[in-house]
Amino acid sequence: MTDVRHTRERIAGCEVSVQRGGAGQPLLFLHGARGAGRWLPFMEALSQTFDVIVPEHPGFGQSETPAWLDNIHDLAYFYLDFVEHLGLQQVHLVGTSMGGWIAAELAVRNQHSLRSLTLVASAGIHVQGMQPGDIFLWPEQELIHNLFADRKLADAMLSEKSSQDEQDIQLKNKLTTAKLAWQPRLYDPHLTKWLHRITVPTLIMWGAEDKLIPVEYGPAFRGLIPNARLEVFQDCGHLPHIEKMSDFVSALRRFLQGVQP
Amino acid sequence: MKFFFVHLMPYADLDLSYTEKYNSAWVTLPNSYYDPAKGHLLYNRYLDELEYAEEVGFDGICVNEHHQNAYGLMPTPGVTAGALSRRTKRVKIAVLGRALPLLNNPLTVAEEYAMLDNITGGRLVAGFVRGIGAEYHAWGANPAESHERFHEAHDLILRAWTETGPFPFEGKYYQFNYVNPWPRLFQQPHPPIWIPSQGSRETIEWAADPARRYTYLQTFSPAAALAKYMAMYKEEAEKRGYQASPMQLGWSVPIYAADTDEQAYREAKPHIENLVNKFLKMPAEMLLPPGYLSLQSMKGVMSAKGTITGGPQTIDDLLKKGMFLCGSPKTILQQVEEYQKQIGFGYLLPMMQFATLPHDLTKRSLSLFASQVIPGLRRLGEPELVEKTKKI
Repeated sequence: MTDVRHTRERIAGCEVSVQRGGAGQPLLFLHGARGAGRWLPFMEALSQTFDVIVPEHPGFGQSETPAWLDNIHDLAYFYLDFVEHLGLQQVHLVGTSMGGWIAAELAVRNQHSLRSLTLVASAGIHVQGMQPGDIFLWPEQELIHNLFADRKLADAMLSEKSSQDEQDIQLKNKLTTAKLAWQPRLYDPHLTKWLHRITVPTLIMWGAEDKLIPVEYGPAFRGLIPNARLEVFQDCGHLPHIEKMSDFVSALRRFLQGVQP
Repeated sequence: MKFFFVHLMPYADLDLSYTEKYNSAWVTLPNSYYDPAKGHLLYNRYLDELEYAEEVGFDGICVNEHHQNAYGLMPTPGVTAGALSRRTKRVKIAVLGRALPLLNNPLTVAEEYAMLDNITGGRLVAGFVRGIGAEYHAWGANPAESHERFHEAHDLILRAWTETGPFPFEGKYYQFNYVNPWPRLFQQPHPPIWIPSQGSRETIEWAADPARRYTYLQTFSPAAALAKYMAMYKEEAEKRGYQASPMQLGWSVPIYAADTDEQAYREAKPHIENLVNKFLKMPAEMLLPPGYLSLQSMKGVMSAKGTITGGPQTIDDLLKKGMFLCGSPKTILQQVEEYQKQIGFGYLLPMMQFATLPHDLTKRSLSLFASQVIPGLRRLGEPELVEKTKKI
């Protein structure tokens, strides 16, 4: 078992909570709208070969909500500060869903510290006529079911009793997600204009059965980022890192080995 | 007391079996359920009812704003108020909404209200609301910005009304080089401002501030909530060094009057139940989008189950909670008198058409209320009277 360190870092006037474990090149994981939660099996697996760093975004989980937090761009700049603050270089940046959006916004601004970029079922762009699901209008049960291809996984997640603290954190995460992504819903109309600036090797991953952000968004991202390839997981919903954990870890490892300096 | 007739202008011809296929009369109910031929008749019928309220002796009439739903067909209340402003001659016209955070440019409200105030020669009452949660789904406005936008839009409108233009406005959400609305208001410094709410400490503290002293309206809430929030307003006023006048407090409540209690109950039952179970039906996610309430208030609401989204309700549930007044004029008079003496509000805003309640019943109830309830309550809660009582 990896020894996971929990620290709090003060960056840009905001104290954020960070989990970090393993050794090797730094792998910065940016979580999606439902938060980072605990140290998950895919983090454990990756920490065998990487220095895995999992912050909770400002406004999420145990991190503070700074007065300056208004939109996704603020988080992109925040993570540029974060990388500098921790003195990280040659970072493998991995973002899922809303975290993918932050990662893409960061990379179009400054990829100086990046070695690679991985976008997992990423938000951030809009494909005409391809409406994503409505995470704010779906009742909680339906939302959880729509995150997975395998109904049993959703049922298992729904049967877990959450503590009052966890419920409060979900409310907080939802509020911050709304603040950042309500309108336009989960994308920035200007991002597509600048994705061509991303020149680091990029892997895009998607679940074929994603009901939240349809798999058609995968090829769209690939078409906009010059040095990108796409990996699609069959029988998989919006969370490949959870639903297809071992396939996800293998695919990511293969990709990252290919880009080693 | 003063009496303002509230109309929501619902789509009364709604096919009520819609609930077999859809979970709400808001936002996602297909507008194929709306028949324009019926809509034409309804709009004109409702305007007649509002005009009739003036004829029978109400002090004011109220219109409001809701979007993309069958519950209330006034997405642009200025149109309704404009139609009424020429056909009525005496009553105040209260626009209870505009929902300020939904607007890209709040100066449209400064202008629209100023036009109404000029046309009516000062009969406008200016309402400002945030809109209910569903509007944020319908309109794409960000609920997490709702409070901040409301306050900034309000400040912009008030400055536009009270400062000589042109001046620049430098806000977070709204920026203008030239704020200089024409026409200026007829009422100076500005019309009475009313703040309808379902109850929140933040709103009450803000409305009760001595610089504002806005009339706070508690809408469609249990009597216990009414008492609690009105007491809160009075306490806030006292904390800030003044005594709130009854005219700073209003209660908006559905009311139905008939000759006898039994008749009123029988006639109102299907329609008031349609109001809560059909026209107001929506899931919690629609009613309370994230950020619409502060985290603290949200936690409170989540733990107190049984609100709008808490399943079907009967007329008896509503009567028991004091969310609906129904009976003979004598019964209603006694109930209002009792509540008024306990709670001390100066405005009563009866919603006397609701959901599917037909025209003839609406009209008869309005007429009974105006002729047999209003006269008995007139002197209650009038500021002069309160002053005199205190001296004794």
